[in-house]
Amino acid sequence: MVEILFQPVHQLTELLRRKELSSEELVRAALERIRARDGEIHAFNCVLEEEALATARQVDQLRARGEILPPFAGVPIALKDNLCMAGTRTTCSSRMLENFVSPYDATVVAKIKAAMLPILGKTNLDEFAMGSSTENSAFGPTRNPHDVTRIPGGSSGGSAAAVAAGMAPWALGSDTGGSIRQPAALCGVCGMKPTYGRVSRYGLVAFASSLDQIGPFTRDARDMAALLGIIAGHDPRDSTSINQPVPDYARELSGDVSGMKLGIPKEYFVEGNHPEVEAAVRAAIATMEQLGAEVREISLPHTSYATPAYYIICTAEASSNLARYDGVVYSHRTREPVADIVEMFRKSRTEGFGDEVKRRIMLGTYVLSAGFYDAYYLTASRVRTLLCRDFEAAFKEVDLVVCPTSPIPAFKLGEKTADPLEMYLCDVYTTSLNLAGLPGMSIPCGKTREGLPIGVQIIGGVLREGEILRLADAYLG
Amino acid sequence: MTISRAEVEHIALLSRLSPSEAELERLTHDLAEILAFVAKLSELDLSEVPPTSHPVALVNVTAPDEVEPSLDNDTALRNAPSRQGPFFRTPKIVDAG
Repeated sequence: MVEILFQPVHQLTELLRRKELSSEELVRAALERIRARDGEIHAFNCVLEEEALATARQVDQLRARGEILPPFAGVPIALKDNLCMAGTRTTCSSRMLENFVSPYDATVVAKIKAAMLPILGKTNLDEFAMGSSTENSAFGPTRNPHDVTRIPGGSSGGSAAAVAAGMAPWALGSDTGGSIRQPAALCGVCGMKPTYGRVSRYGLVAFASSLDQIGPFTRDARDMAALLGIIAGHDPRDSTSINQPVPDYARELSGDVSGMKLGIPKEYFVEGNHPEVEAAVRAAIATMEQLGAEVREISLPHTSYATPAYYIICTAEASSNLARYDGVVYSHRTREPVADIVEMFRKSRTEGFGDEVKRRIMLGTYVLSAGFYDAYYLTASRVRTLLCRDFEAAFKEVDLVVCPTSPIPAFKLGEKTADPLEMYLCDVYTTSLNLAGLPGMSIPCGKTREGLPIGVQIIGGVLREGEILRLADAYLG
Repeated sequence: MTISRAEVEHIALLSRLSPSEAELERLTHDLAEILAFVAKLSELDLSEVPPTSHPVALVNVTAPDEVEPSLDNDTALRNAPSRQGPFFRTPKIVDAG
């Protein structure tokens, strides 16, 4: 049954439809795989065995009765542990929320339930989604299934590793500066950050609200089209969600990319790229050209300013969003004696947050504080405009942009934990999309000689997920 | 641009954190490094560039003023670190004196 867990969902769905496989069998196989592998990998913060089996049995019963089911009913999924699911703990891998039980479902979770996908559990992440290695989890790191001495990327490292290790056929994560695409690249699976506003953020624990976006991890483009179709759409509960109809993404998968114009940004092929990553991405671009796409070099001149601007904007927003964790309404409260409420806030927050979260709250508070706002936050917001203009100009010339997802393959646990800046530079090729609100998808494009996966990133204009999927599908074949 | 130890202590107060001595040392060093990194932005002439606070142009999204179901009192209090009857319980916040 292990092999079955590595099949794409569209094939599993066929087996379910033909009753060659029951949803209960599939969920049990996944749970068995989690028991066998997750002691070492630690992709999951919690496993929801009973809930997943209950949904699976319900699907099997309805199918046996010949009822019409949602197209992917019965295929299990894993959810990043910053998505609220009623009655389950949503910890964000933080001591601060260790005992927090969500009182409601996030909109995406409600959609997953309506699609009748059994929910296997909640996956590990860098605390509050802040990090690029999943080492910042208060509950211990996740390990890369391709080499357990290495990190899976982050912050959605648990979701990426769960799919890569065959513990879940697909999963959801969130991406604020690369947190879906980079772990997808490092774990050898597909990961997409949709256009900002394409997927409702209601019930996603906020990190940086103008950048955060929920997206899928899958094995191929067809599954990506399916899961994006399930979670996308306008939501009155998220006033930033886009009120545009959701296309049938599967119809984009024609396999035909002839005449499609691909821009290769020269600023993404610079010193600092691992040579095997650069070679694999260039080979992928050559394949896309052979498939009929037209390739030309373009320039995104402000690329090197994206990550500095990103770390001002995301920390500023984080310092504001995380002010709510004060130990009053929910979240950790100190057990130490306190003289007044400010001391209670300070002790509770000092005990509840890990080092990276504290560092970002401090930086964000600093860049927003009196006298520094113009020099930092306002400046970064102006740079954001330049990054948007870079892409606008590019998309007048080309349909999609293709580049590396991460400059390097998976690194060793502990290799970058001493220096926060070194960790921040993992995001050099991913942050600009969040700042510009654009969709991007990482797909596997080979491995290093050591067997570490490499990802190529496809970037589209606003709401151009369909074209991204068409190219990804044609390339993956 | 660098940051002093005194500034870091002030930011800790604003952030409602109480770093230890060792953490203050570390934070002063880390924040100085990160601020030096982001100072790269000062290379750009931004005088004519308007700021973007949000990637999608949205203006005044409003909802109809209708009452919808919300959490009942007991559910809302279920995650409270400390409660008393239908209330959240905290240390005293107003000094009677």
